[in-house]
Amino acid sequence: MKFGIVTFPGSNCDYDAYHAVTEVLGEEAVYLWHKDHDLQGSDVIILPGGFSYGDYLRVGAIARFSPIMEEVAAHVKAGGPVLGICNGFQIACEAGLLPGALLRNAHLQFVSDAVRIRVENTETMFTDLYERGEVLRIPVAHGDGRFVATEETLNRLEGEGRVVFRYVDAAGNVSPSSNPNGSERSIAGIINDSGNVLGLMPHPERACSPLLGSSDGVRLLESILTKVAA
Amino acid sequence: MAKFRIAVHITPRKGLLDPQGNAVKSALQTLGFKNVKDVHVGRYVILETDAYDAIEAEENVTDMCRKLLANPVTEDFEIESAVHA
Repeated sequence: MKFGIVTFPGSNCDYDAYHAVTEVLGEEAVYLWHKDHDLQGSDVIILPGGFSYGDYLRVGAIARFSPIMEEVAAHVKAGGPVLGICNGFQIACEAGLLPGALLRNAHLQFVSDAVRIRVENTETMFTDLYERGEVLRIPVAHGDGRFVATEETLNRLEGEGRVVFRYVDAAGNVSPSSNPNGSERSIAGIINDSGNVLGLMPHPERACSPLLGSSDGVRLLESILTKVAA
Repeated sequence: MAKFRIAVHITPRKGLLDPQGNAVKSALQTLGFKNVKDVHVGRYVILETDAYDAIEAEENVTDMCRKLLANPVTEDFEIESAVHA
């Protein structure tokens, strides 16, 4: 399977994603330059973390207008999987691929830490290999990770099982201290209504080997493999 | 066609947590400005644009706000009257 990893000016987790796909999964990966209009036959698109366009105006606001995003939108419309990680999640929200927005962390500090997230929905192409309620240890590194949306949108996301990951403590419980950025309802990751676009602030690609302190992110990528290949 | 200058105020949507505004508020209160009750920090954008008249210029900028300058989920915007640049 071929993964296309979009490189925007200011992306800095594209290499991490490339490493996870090629070295850990053993699959093919290509970098897709933001100015190109070609997904090079990629089956899965990764919008990686970073600080695209220097976070000017708002996080993700300018990247959304990169030429390649037209092809990414067409890929989504055709049912193709897209994984937006950190800045990639912010870009997906700005592009209207996912609802809501990501704002400055409530405590105003950049947070770089290993957090715990709970798998809320395993019936997605990204979480098929996890157990429902399972607690994963995954790193976060962001200044603008506070997920917000209208009450109506939040209720719809909850009702439709589209809150895929939630920040929790080690025991798996939601608490104010386990929420690293003040996200509404401790939301760490959501999926679109068609189930093919996942956005999350934590970095699964940085949790893919014991050497990195956690391998909990591997099954997210493996889930895509099994579901998309099937 | 004439050239117009328009300023836009973009502010955090009312009711949404505004940690930046709160931080500035507490800094002001620490400085002794005890009467400060509420602070919101937003963006101020100044544009110059060609248009046939002020109304068209303002319509264009409203469109720009909806499509890029403001996030409809989290921000409100207000545009000032167009003036000849």
